[in-house]
Amino acid sequence: MNARLTPRPSTQAAGVRADRVRVHFPTRAGTVKAVDDVSFDIRPGETFGLIGESGSGKTTLGRALAGLQPLTDGRLFYDGREPSSLNRAERRRQRRDHQIIFQDPHAALNPRMTIAQSVMEPLDILGDGDRASRRRVADEALERVGLAPQIGRRYPHELSGGQKQRVNIARTLTLRPRFIVCDEVVAALDVSIRGAILNLFADLQDEFGITYAFITHDISVVSHVSDRVGVLYLGRLMEQGPAGAVCEQPLHPYTQALLSAEPLPLPSDRRDHQRRIRLQGEIPSPLNPPSGCPFRTRCPRAEARCAEQVPAWREVAPDHRVACHFAGPA
Amino acid sequence: MAHEETGSPPLLAVENLNIAFVHPGGETAITRDVSFTVNAGERVGVVGESGCGKTVTGLSLLGLLPKRTARVRGRILFQGEDLLTMSARELRRRRGRDISMIFQEPMSALDPVFTVGEQLAETLRAHYPVSRKEARERGIAALEEVGIPSPHLRIDDYPYQFSGGMRQRVMIAMALICRPKLVIADEPTTALDVTVQAQIIDLLCELSDTTGTALLFITHDLGVVAETCSRLLTMYAGEVVESAPVDTVLRRPAHPYSSGLLRSLPGLSERGGRLPSIPGRVPAPSEMPAGCRFQARCPHAADGCEQGQPLRELDRERLARCWRSAELTLPGAVT
Ligand SMILES: Nc1ncnc2c1ncn2[C@@H]1O[C@H](COP(=O)(O)OP(=O)(O)OP(=O)(O)O)[C@@H](O)[C@H]1O
Ligand SMILES: Nc1ncnc2c1ncn2[C@@H]1O[C@H](COP(=O)(O)OP(=O)(O)OP(=O)(O)O)[C@@H](O)[C@H]1O
Ligand code: SF4
Ligand code: SF4
Ligand SMILES: [Mg+2]
Ligand SMILES: [Mg+2]
Repeated sequence: MNARLTPRPSTQAAGVRADRVRVHFPTRAGTVKAVDDVSFDIRPGETFGLIGESGSGKTTLGRALAGLQPLTDGRLFYDGREPSSLNRAERRRQRRDHQIIFQDPHAALNPRMTIAQSVMEPLDILGDGDRASRRRVADEALERVGLAPQIGRRYPHELSGGQKQRVNIARTLTLRPRFIVCDEVVAALDVSIRGAILNLFADLQDEFGITYAFITHDISVVSHVSDRVGVLYLGRLMEQGPAGAVCEQPLHPYTQALLSAEPLPLPSDRRDHQRRIRLQGEIPSPLNPPSGCPFRTRCPRAEARCAEQVPAWREVAPDHRVACHFAGPA
Repeated sequence: MAHEETGSPPLLAVENLNIAFVHPGGETAITRDVSFTVNAGERVGVVGESGCGKTVTGLSLLGLLPKRTARVRGRILFQGEDLLTMSARELRRRRGRDISMIFQEPMSALDPVFTVGEQLAETLRAHYPVSRKEARERGIAALEEVGIPSPHLRIDDYPYQFSGGMRQRVMIAMALICRPKLVIADEPTTALDVTVQAQIIDLLCELSDTTGTALLFITHDLGVVAETCSRLLTMYAGEVVESAPVDTVLRRPAHPYSSGLLRSLPGLSERGGRLPSIPGRVPAPSEMPAGCRFQARCPHAADGCEQGQPLRELDRERLARCWRSAELTLPGAVT
């Protein structure tokens, strides 16, 4: 492995703590509570997986963790400190140390720049090293994500979806961050390249203690790469705990439905067609979330109490928390 | 091809499709001799290495590649007529009505300045003489089908007012509103969570069961393929390397690349452990070897692989581009 592509050795893994974080968007139709009263911690050097329905607030929360989204309320701590307590030099350093790889690879690349220019751009802005060394770092980053350096001469519209996504990953790796928010970064990749990229993330983590927040729709991926997992629904955490517990013995009805809907690559005679818990109806409007438990309009186990009382955030096993009045095995 | 049901001719027959892009320095070949068929009502999955030419192949079927830079050779027979020699007008008449596409990037297919209802109505009215009022009703029904709540209200919204996953569903509604004979779906559910994905998959399967719509389903999700499709095409470096029934490939793939892909599924390895992946990377177009394009990465490469590999017939249902297929026993997704 080459040291140039890696975090600075003197640094330590970053820990992140979210304390009652809210992000609300005022719109003409009312306030969207994209993230609502969410608390959790990401331990230094771990991978924290975030799953949840489309529109549940994953990207908004990820942007907040990366320092790109102001909070409506609540606090974020990095290595125990709030960003507001940092001096200018520390803040500049943190901007480099904390990165996000965006969900939409196309929107993240400048259509008028060649791929090589895009990958080098963050280093150009920082003025790191001379041009030749920046070029080397960029080529090497492309190589690490499985792309031939020749691709650097092309423009974004000449790349496939998965190629663009890998360019985005390479671009972030050149900065050698300590904390990376990965927003659906492997969805556009075939399973073999996905495996290679996830191994690369794991290697960088093993050697340099990078901390990841890993957002994905793919349950088999989140279950494989995460140490701990949080499950979001309508801007709120429904369940959180060790990956093995959440993915194998989920306690919240929403997590159970989510896991049961994962399509499995099995021949037809090996699939259990009864397995899927069918959810009734649609995710409610975030402008007008249900009273009590936000999941109650679709929950197969809902009772009268669920409409009246917001379920408490209970620790039901060590480090395993659930927001449900009747949480328990399916 | 002999592995097809005999009797009625296929709905779509792609023959020796060669797609290349021209650039100042010359021409880069992307696909080579891609041939496959889709029968009426059949659901065919397409998987393969990122960048191997799946999207480009899909776009070529609708004549949507950039005219200035793309060179397309071969034949694309749809109901016996070659789409490649058809006039632009003829092709437009079929596009949307007989063949439609769900794109990988939803924003590229939706027009930001028109409401979703206007776009649905326009697609319908371009092909059928329906009144404005009826087009609107049909638009609302189409949104309802893809699970958009309060469709009678949402029909007047603009694309930006929908979340990513909802936009994807609007596009699916647009692709289906004319009840086409063939839908090319390019990663239609990648932006969706599994519960909505399950809804969309059910819808697509139900439609093709009841209306006989055929599906060409491009995806990286082998679970989706297993739940939706009956046949699977595997592509590598611009070529189709295997064509076989889905259940057969999942158990016993015939091409080493298909096997490598299936063995890379995370479900097969221990949590937190290393994920298997195929070592090395696909050769750049300029360094494509003669003979088998997978040879530098293939664990079964032997003397003979440096020869050109045609798509060989293994049995009535299976084709593979590997001369060793018959002698190799390759592992799939299940043992
Ligand atoms: N700038 C904004 N203004 C108003 N509403 C917003 C804004 N950004 C996000 N939202 C809304 O906040 C909610 C959460 O959006 P977010 O993008 O975080 O969801 P997500 O979980 O990442 O979904 P997906 O899986 O589809 O990417 C959605 O209802 C969305 O429409
Ligand atoms: N307009 C273009 N000009 C030049 N090259 C292009 C163009 N569009 C695509 N390519 C190249 O053609 C090849 C095939 O691209 P395509 O988008 O079909 O891949 P894909 O199989 O769909 O991949 P993915 O799974 O990543 O979406 C890629 O190497 C890509 O870089
Ligand atoms: S609190 Fe009630 S509605 Fe909410 S998840 Fe639990 S059982 Fe379902
Ligand atoms: S032809 Fe040879 S190199 Fe190619 S897939 Fe078959 S065994 Fe492997
Ligand atoms: Mg998102
Ligand atoms: Mg593609």
